[in-house]
Amino acid sequence: MAIVEHLESEGASVSDGGGSDGVRRRDFINIAAVSFAGVGAVAVVIPLVDQMNPSADVLALASTEVDLSAIQPGQAIKTTFRAQPLFVRHLTEKEIAEADKVDPSTLRDPQTLEQRTVDGKKQWLITMGVCTHLGCVPLGAGEGENRGEFGGYFCPCHGSSYDTAARIRKGPAPKNLEVPKYSFTSDTAILVG
Amino acid sequence: MSFPWAEHYTPKHPAMQWIDEKLPLPRLVYNAVGAGYPVPRNLNYFWNFGVLAGLALMIQIVTGVIMAMHYGANTLVAFSTVEQTMRDVNAGWLMRYAHANGASFFFIVVYLHIFRGLFFGSYKAPREMVWLLGLVIFLLMMATAFMGYVLPWGQMSYWGAKVITGLFGAIPVVGEPIQTWLLGGFAPGNASLNRFFSLHFLLPFVIAAVVILHIWALHIPGSSNPTGVEVKGPQDTVPFHPYYTAKDGFGAGVFLILFAILLFYAPNYLGHPDNYIEANPLSTPAHIVPEWYFWPFYAILRAFTVDFFFVPAKLLGVLAMFASILLLFFLPWLDTSPVRSGSYRPTFKKFFWILIVDVLILGYCGGAPAAEPYVMISQVAAAYYFAHFLIILPLISRFEKPLPLPNSITEAVLGHDAIEGEREALPGMGSDPQPSHAG
Repeated sequence: MAIVEHLESEGASVSDGGGSDGVRRRDFINIAAVSFAGVGAVAVVIPLVDQMNPSADVLALASTEVDLSAIQPGQAIKTTFRAQPLFVRHLTEKEIAEADKVDPSTLRDPQTLEQRTVDGKKQWLITMGVCTHLGCVPLGAGEGENRGEFGGYFCPCHGSSYDTAARIRKGPAPKNLEVPKYSFTSDTAILVG
Repeated sequence: MSFPWAEHYTPKHPAMQWIDEKLPLPRLVYNAVGAGYPVPRNLNYFWNFGVLAGLALMIQIVTGVIMAMHYGANTLVAFSTVEQTMRDVNAGWLMRYAHANGASFFFIVVYLHIFRGLFFGSYKAPREMVWLLGLVIFLLMMATAFMGYVLPWGQMSYWGAKVITGLFGAIPVVGEPIQTWLLGGFAPGNASLNRFFSLHFLLPFVIAAVVILHIWALHIPGSSNPTGVEVKGPQDTVPFHPYYTAKDGFGAGVFLILFAILLFYAPNYLGHPDNYIEANPLSTPAHIVPEWYFWPFYAILRAFTVDFFFVPAKLLGVLAMFASILLLFFLPWLDTSPVRSGSYRPTFKKFFWILIVDVLILGYCGGAPAAEPYVMISQVAAAYYFAHFLIILPLISRFEKPLPLPNSITEAVLGHDAIEGEREALPGMGSDPQPSHAG
């Protein structure tokens, strides 16, 4: 202890006496050690936080194949994609006409039906069945369910109404129902994800 | 800590003296909740609710640890292990009903405790830290209750988890990664259930730790009282034990009778039938509602239906809901009146009761379906809630003329004439003009 104190007081007197703001070796070692420990602590936090992210088995179920052949115009099916509901709707001519009639600039989330479907497959509306408000499953995909005042989907939780192109028209939801990334693998099958 | 006239701990038995030298834990208890803690002599029954909240926390921890012995935190078995606890485990139904209804009673006594503080100005100097720590406990309770409600993995559990974690999704840019991170997936699943179970087990002990800080912070200035007048001398206080242990004991008896009535005669009254249906990610219940104690906040969340200045309605609702609680952290500095007790603040008192009615209206709307007229009523009620704290309260503090305060707690209890007689008997115990150091 005595030696340390001696060295410290000597070091201090040197820097004070010299009038320069020179860095002592002890300061350097101190800062370097604490910084290194800090970097180590941050490095340990990364896995502690990252373990909360989706695990490999959850991510492995990230794509879904859907057979469209049995879905008649006016019908819709509910399936799952990434553990969440996926709506596949076969639009009727009337529903397509209703969706096209709307001026996109008047919408909360302006999109046309074309932008929400694949080229030449306008009758296939594929969206997530997750209300963009707080994530409930909207009604309207099942037989006889309430489709809301715009004839698409209706979320029972907080009353968001979607039209026949699954665009938000009324209620608290900020966005249209999300269209996931998908492609047609044949005329009657799609691969989502 | 405490007042100079507090009774000192003097163990007589050699064994107690031996313990006191080695680990003065009995001394700590004596000074905290024993004869060594002088308390104002005029506390009314509203001062029972702190102890009752502590009792409710103990009931939750005991029944909760027992429930955990019979529970499987896995989406495949969670629902059935809870049902098994109810049907097959000896006294399992009692543990589960006590735990579920215990949560409701915990919130009932905590809300009464908070409203006691709001009316009697318990949040004011020098007790701001007590108030702030109390709010931390309240937030921890809400997180714990939310995660606990997910564990039975019923329909309301699942959809409640989805809606509440969906709140974080409203945050721009980082919202969705945060939501996925919280859930450990794209929707509530096995990962979510496991982490909620882990945290639901942990948080009550964190609450217990913050309760200790809450009591520690309280014991530095000492308890407030219904007059809001500070303690002046020994004649204003009585020892916590036996006076308030007895009074709290009576309150605890009434609390337990009411708890037993609900527990044994209407255990599902505050629950939702939908939660006896196993979680189904493909079917939303027709009417998702949180537990009753979240209803006022849920109403504020749903009150925002249109975008405002390019901020989406969803984000506004989320911000307003969090703000409604965070606002309370600023209360000690929003209410600048030096008079603590609402009993001596005629204008404040009226608006206090309007606030209570407003919160009850919000609660009713939060439990109602998201349709008119409830949406419009919750918009008005939510606006009033914020106006109360941000506009009305600071204005009242500035313009209100309070009623004359008693010179001391003893005078408030015994009347002015009696205090004159007592002062002759106790020379040197004069009283300062009020308020002495507040404001």
